[in-house]
Amino acid sequence: MEQKEKGRDWNQRLNALGVMFLAILVGVIGWVELAQPFGIRFRDFTGGMVTFDTLIRIGILTIVLVGLNLLMGYAGQISLGQAAFYGIGAYTSAIMTTLASRHGVLPGVSRSWWWPWLAILVGMGVTGGFAYLIGRPILRLRGNYLAMATLGLGIIMYILFREGEDFTGGNDGIAGIPRLAIGSFKIWPIERYYFLVWAIALVVIIIALNIVNSRVGRALRSIHGSEVAANTMGVDTAKYKSQVLVLSAVLASLAGSLYAHFQALIAPTPFSFAASVELLVMSVVGGIASIWGAPFGVALIYVVREVLRARLHAILHGAGGEHEMIVYGIVVVVIMIFMPEGLTAGLAKALRRAKRA
Amino acid sequence: MDGTILKTVNLRKEFGGVVAVMDVSFEVERGEILAIIGPNGAGKTTLFNLISGVHPLTGGEIYFKGQRLNGLKPHVISSLGIARTFQNVQLFGNMTVLENVMVGRHHRSSYGLLAAALRLPRARAEEQEIIAKAREYLSMVGLAERAELNALSLPFGQQRMLEIARAMATEPEVLMLDEPGAGLNRPEKEELARLVEQIRQGGVTVLLVEHDMEFVMGLADRIIVLDYGEKIAEGTPAEVQNNPRVIAAYLGEEDVGFLRP
Repeated sequence: MEQKEKGRDWNQRLNALGVMFLAILVGVIGWVELAQPFGIRFRDFTGGMVTFDTLIRIGILTIVLVGLNLLMGYAGQISLGQAAFYGIGAYTSAIMTTLASRHGVLPGVSRSWWWPWLAILVGMGVTGGFAYLIGRPILRLRGNYLAMATLGLGIIMYILFREGEDFTGGNDGIAGIPRLAIGSFKIWPIERYYFLVWAIALVVIIIALNIVNSRVGRALRSIHGSEVAANTMGVDTAKYKSQVLVLSAVLASLAGSLYAHFQALIAPTPFSFAASVELLVMSVVGGIASIWGAPFGVALIYVVREVLRARLHAILHGAGGEHEMIVYGIVVVVIMIFMPEGLTAGLAKALRRAKRA
Repeated sequence: MDGTILKTVNLRKEFGGVVAVMDVSFEVERGEILAIIGPNGAGKTTLFNLISGVHPLTGGEIYFKGQRLNGLKPHVISSLGIARTFQNVQLFGNMTVLENVMVGRHHRSSYGLLAAALRLPRARAEEQEIIAKAREYLSMVGLAERAELNALSLPFGQQRMLEIARAMATEPEVLMLDEPGAGLNRPEKEELARLVEQIRQGGVTVLLVEHDMEFVMGLADRIIVLDYGEKIAEGTPAEVQNNPRVIAAYLGEEDVGFLRP
């Protein structure tokens, strides 16, 4: 019996350890930045290459990726339009928090501290409803029709963002998005926002880990394993595929809203098809069938990019942006060759080998 | 044997212009082991796919305990009490042995996304029950020691056993086994026969598609013979063995040795 329980325990203990480690890491980095012991700030550890700004972006995209990994890695449904869901959240927040107060709609209400939070929830609702409407007809079919549908959605939404004139601000986007606040406590400067984003990311990771190791998570994975078998074992595959698509869309929307309030200004570019593809790359590099793949994947891609931006020209004389792209591509390819299941699976394998040795 | 548990009336399936199952009617008695045999392409697996709802019917009707199954989704049919295995093993390769069986407990538990996300007490309690039950069914097929391995890392014979455990975990009244002996060696087949008999003793009606005639003859109470989608014979093993149409259908086949005209 002891032998049998070992595998399950080991996995769950590893997950709990991971959550604790990440929470402590987030806390320590935040503390260093706030207290500045011996005058040291976070960026001193990274040679100025990775800043708090980057850490917040990593946290925001981790939220998107957790949803995407649940959808793709666990349920096996490919989305090529996740950036569109991300964008719907961002634009809903941006429009609700700027247009309403500018045009004097709902005076009093639209200037209260809770209005942006309500906008975040509205964004999540709208995006989730959108995902439901798209997924409902498509997910009844077996096979990967969702990829095509989300590809179309991504392109259409991007055009709407760009051509939305006064509503979305066109190519210039929307400026003047207010910071979040609770009562009179403003969640800004950047250190405060960092704690907010990473607290949410941690909660999202915990929730996702719970789902994966549950009846629902097994149902999702069974769809990926064999949809026919899942069906005949009593799993309503259409229902679960639809649920996980909605969940991933809602998470993307939440992240989009956080992004809007972080940047205070949004333009269409981060919500394009190219952005969806980059999310896909992060997901695969981190480990698609793993919740931990989300923070690992985003962090790795961001760190590689920031390091290349800061250092490549010093190594390769006269290297410009296009050279960065080439080296970035090579790094991704090398990771995929040596860790085809992504960074987390690769690390887990190494850990197991170390444990045995 | 107390009455009919499963009944088909003029069951028909066409793929394009090809008639895979041609107006097949039969009844399954509660508690029996009924084998469906026939040459390759006779429509045996298609028949299973129709009953389990994987393929929609072209015509005819299916009744389970008097309830019409036409048009029901596979997951609904499964929850009514019909489970199955697959000719080409369909395990969940992204899960452990135990988790595969746990999926079989899906509609015997009920907590949803929200309860799972927040790990509510209800979810934890149900999860304990799911694990305990899944272990029971693993022990039944002798795979308890393999619980934490990846399902596809098992040798083929054990994969077939795991499929049976997973199907049994749904607590079916009718278990449909699609060529459960294919690819198994002699001792494994004997073990399989014992398991099937044990499942029947537990009150489950067994429907069995099989190629290995010796295996079927020793195990089944009754046999239905399909040929080109048509039912050409039905009866006890002895009756079927002596049926001239059956002999004709199998002539030219390699394993006619079982037929003693």
